[in-house]
Amino acid sequence: MKKKSLLSVFMNGILNENPTFRLLLGMCPTLAVSTAASQGLGMGLSTTFVLVFANLVISALRKIIPDRVRIPSYIVVIATFVTIIDLVIKAFLPALSSSLGIYIPLIVVNCIIFARAESFASKNDVLPSIVDGLGMGLGFTASLTLLSAVREIIGSGKLFGVQVMPAAYKPMAIVVSPAGGFIVLGIMILIVNAVVKSVAKHKSAKAKEGIA
Amino acid sequence: MSEILLIIVGSVLVNNFVMSQFLGICPFLGVSKKVETAMGMGMAVTFVMALASLITYFIQSYLLVPLDLEYMQTIAFILVIAVLVQIVEIALKKISRSLYQALGVYLPLITTNCAVLGVALLNTREGYNLIESVVNGVGAALGFMLAIVLFASIRERLSTSNMPKWMDGFPGALITAGLMSLAFQGFSGLI
Repeated sequence: MKKKSLLSVFMNGILNENPTFRLLLGMCPTLAVSTAASQGLGMGLSTTFVLVFANLVISALRKIIPDRVRIPSYIVVIATFVTIIDLVIKAFLPALSSSLGIYIPLIVVNCIIFARAESFASKNDVLPSIVDGLGMGLGFTASLTLLSAVREIIGSGKLFGVQVMPAAYKPMAIVVSPAGGFIVLGIMILIVNAVVKSVAKHKSAKAKEGIA
Repeated sequence: MSEILLIIVGSVLVNNFVMSQFLGICPFLGVSKKVETAMGMGMAVTFVMALASLITYFIQSYLLVPLDLEYMQTIAFILVIAVLVQIVEIALKKISRSLYQALGVYLPLITTNCAVLGVALLNTREGYNLIESVVNGVGAALGFMLAIVLFASIRERLSTSNMPKWMDGFPGALITAGLMSLAFQGFSGLI
């Protein structure tokens, strides 16, 4: 296998394999907390923290953990870091902690973290694993913040709690309701897919021109 | 009695786990292409969620609270659920071969279904007693089953109908789920 550069590992998580828009992993927290941009950002960064450290520990222990008990071992490692971030948020950001509620402990069962532990950290060295965790985490944070910013602007006329729409704008409450979450995410995935497709078309067209 | 009824109606319809609390979305989107498999997944989840509500209640009130270890809740609960799923898998294999084969693939997936851990955490947050916890667990699981079976039936129909190409796959599925969730919002005045 060709060794990938750290930069490409990092960018992979943000663009090609963006967990939310491309892989559709971690849907539960994505839909549930994306009603306000600050919540999306908080959730994204907490997940990034867990991803980076879980990847680090799992990759460091990958030769010690027997194959048969790897899933329970991963669960313990992930749950440990989730508990740490849960306690930290409770202590320093009580408002965020109460608005995110049970979704912080639920980071344990976020499929992104499992998927990266299983498909990347258990097969790679420590440094690329950390970079992979960081890339995936930031990709998740970026898409989650984008989604929640869109929902917050349309649904309540604010961004990060600050009024951005003119006072005459009547907020569309449905967008911040659960139903709106599904619909806005569906539309955003549609747009992202269309952009990716047109970029790929453009690239292949250019490559053809190059040959001719 | 009326309180228990309220919990059931609340967890099946009003606060439906999938449609209004966003718990268990991964299997909801992942295994909802066919009604049959959706049904199997729903049954497996119901079984595990009832057991998980029961056992995590005992762990919380007889182990974590007396020992002052509440901060270990997440780790303890997820381990219990992982072990539980494993035991259910082994037991089913011995007891009912046919049910095991029907649920087979979905059993291991349940560990990472956030509805299971979610219901355990919600039970302790709401301060439910033993009976209320189990009832809430079963109710939430039935709500999950209702949502996933309905969604699978819609998707079965959609797969044979003429969808615009750009809506195919996940965008279409998400928008369908959104419309379904809108319908479930109608229940919100029920309690």
